[in-house]
Amino acid sequence: MSQDTELTGKQEFTITAYTENQIGILNRIAIIFSRRKINIESLNTSPSEIEHIHRFNIVIHETEEVVRKLCRQIEKQIEVLKVYYNTNEDIIWQELALYKVPTDIVAERAPVERLLREYGARAVVIRKDYTVFEATGHREETDKLIEVLQPYGLIEFVRSARVAIIKDSEGFNAKLREFERKDPGHDVIENEYLDKEKNVFSM
Amino acid sequence: MDTAQEETTTLTEPKKTINVSGSVALLEGLIAEGTDTIFGYPGGAIMPIYDALYDYKDKLKHILVRHEQGGTHAGQGYARTSGKVGVVFATSGPGATNLVTGLADAQIDSTPMVCITGQVYAHLLGTDAFQETDVINITTPVTKWNYQITDATEIPSVLAKAFYIARSGRPGPVLIDITKNAQLQMFDYEGYTPCDHVRSYRPKPLIRKEYIQKAAELINSAKKPFILFGQGVSLGYAEQEFKAFVEKTGIPAAWTILGAGAIATDHPLNVGMLGMHGNYGPNVQTNACDVLIAIGMRFDDRVTGRLDKYAKQAKVIHLDIDPAEIDKNVKADVPVWGDCKETLPLLTALVEEKTHPEWLAEFRAFDKTEQEVVIQNELHPGTGELTMGEVINQLNELTKGEAVVVTDVGQHQMVTCRYAKFNHTRSNITSGGLGTMGFGLPAAIGAKFGAPDRTVVAVIGDGGFQMTLQELGTIMQSGVDVKIMILNNRFLGMVRQWQQLFHDKRYSFVDITSPDFVKLADSYYIAGRKISERDELVGALTDMLNHKGSYLLEVMVAQEHNVFPMVPQGSSVSEIRLK
Repeated sequence: MSQDTELTGKQEFTITAYTENQIGILNRIAIIFSRRKINIESLNTSPSEIEHIHRFNIVIHETEEVVRKLCRQIEKQIEVLKVYYNTNEDIIWQELALYKVPTDIVAERAPVERLLREYGARAVVIRKDYTVFEATGHREETDKLIEVLQPYGLIEFVRSARVAIIKDSEGFNAKLREFERKDPGHDVIENEYLDKEKNVFSM
Repeated sequence: MDTAQEETTTLTEPKKTINVSGSVALLEGLIAEGTDTIFGYPGGAIMPIYDALYDYKDKLKHILVRHEQGGTHAGQGYARTSGKVGVVFATSGPGATNLVTGLADAQIDSTPMVCITGQVYAHLLGTDAFQETDVINITTPVTKWNYQITDATEIPSVLAKAFYIARSGRPGPVLIDITKNAQLQMFDYEGYTPCDHVRSYRPKPLIRKEYIQKAAELINSAKKPFILFGQGVSLGYAEQEFKAFVEKTGIPAAWTILGAGAIATDHPLNVGMLGMHGNYGPNVQTNACDVLIAIGMRFDDRVTGRLDKYAKQAKVIHLDIDPAEIDKNVKADVPVWGDCKETLPLLTALVEEKTHPEWLAEFRAFDKTEQEVVIQNELHPGTGELTMGEVINQLNELTKGEAVVVTDVGQHQMVTCRYAKFNHTRSNITSGGLGTMGFGLPAAIGAKFGAPDRTVVAVIGDGGFQMTLQELGTIMQSGVDVKIMILNNRFLGMVRQWQQLFHDKRYSFVDITSPDFVKLADSYYIAGRKISERDELVGALTDMLNHKGSYLLEVMVAQEHNVFPMVPQGSSVSEIRLK
């Protein structure tokens, strides 16, 4: 337990939400945090293993009591199927980072091989003018590699949101498949009028 | 359903379709959902729907309001008296933004509504087109669900989903935004199928019997049990189940203002009103009971006062349909998730038949004190200016508790909730959670349409009335019969009371002047009268109630009268002040 946790009772929580893939659900979830003036530290949303169902990973710094209330208010949204919250101890998580550096400097001055080994990084692209490294890990690990690469002329850096697997989840996959079996998701109707500049009058 | 079988049926009996516009499909859907009245206001982006409505005049009554906010409050009043879903139409842009207050009010007070807004053509979305506003995002925090339709084929299924969501589980407002092209678009309509489930939505939590068992054990062992009930009882149509539970356990029951009327005012176990201006006994006894049973209520801060000194000595049983309400404000020792229509009978079956004469006598003692210190002076002052309380008391004498009473927000609201007599459920229509001044007049219009056989009396302050008085035009044109009673103290009374008590009597912008309300009513062809003397009161109220059609009665009441008892903000319920 960090010093901060002892003082305020706040710590990092990862909220996992399964939702329908519906326009506007991101906003409905986001305003549950902003309404209480809570900052979202990290947000990932992407399709789950089931078609039409998305998985959100949201990281916030709060007390467990508040997190529990937030989760109930998220789960209450019509298009949300299920919400879990976990401390960092309960989950395995990763963030992916990309580093772009000038090839000549890295090749000449930095012991590239050592860097790659030490930080578990790999070179994704090597071109004459630049090289892109990829590393995955916790925030501190990917941060360290920034420090190391900074003197070698780091051109650009980007980090993904956290993705997390819950250690003792009892296989939500099975539950999700059950949802899908009972009531398959509807196809989103594409908006044909958005592209059509129809000859219409407007009042 | 077996797919093969479904295909066979389809082959032998092809579904009959007719080619209709999105607008016609919408109106057909509304009729299929049992809608008979729409409160609305036309405009550019909703014109195709209004054009279709022209041919549906015999099936759908449209009430032309004078402002869209009035439309939403009328929809709320209609929903609250009838138990049906209130339906409101508005156009895009300003029409849609004018709905926001009513939606917020319906959201916090769990009122089922479906609002339909017109929207600009889909190809114009995001271009700052004329009267375009992002109504979906503006209304997201104040709706249970909302959805934008850009293709007519979606209209039947989305409307069905909207009605299902609005009225199931914990009810709430839903908004559907329909682009103009979708209203005009012709498509093959296959008929209307009501919605009975949405896979990601659980309107009712599964009832966990072990908690019913635990709750029953607590109740059976309690020496000083106390029931708090809210609107959940009437929203769940569980008045009979609730009465059976109260009568079998013999437990005194107190209500939140939205719960008023779920059990008759003069039921021997009804011990009165909770909260900031509630009754003495219920507030003090909250901190003396040993088991607190909260039914369909959400521990609003106006009910609990200071939370860290609220019912700390008691074990709390909380019955609610909305899991997000459990532990939100007050920690429950036994949470009973579920629809109280189902959970209450299960609980009643397990509790012992009891009476609590000594415990009830304590409530009577508190009531006696309150009668002597507060109520007697308020209801029977004898001399001096008229009080709000004696007006309401006199109204009770004449209506015998049979009327629907609609209030606005402020001192008159607290006085009305405290003293009005209700024999029936769905009779106290007030803005509880949001405290929306201007709610009263339009809500009363809707309440009358929702309960056409009942007398509807709107009690409104001189401040709130001036917020939505344009709805007198709606009364004039629709011919609806609403009795309007303005309690005029020439002040924004509740704020003035706080300024007197907590801000050294610095009356900052609370003295409000009013037009001649009777003349104003007269200009709308509504009969009216103004009184200020005690000996005129009975006659004036009788004339108002006996008048055929709407009537406005302005009663001049004491200017600087305070509502007591009062739990000052930040105080514990047991620190309630009698003066």
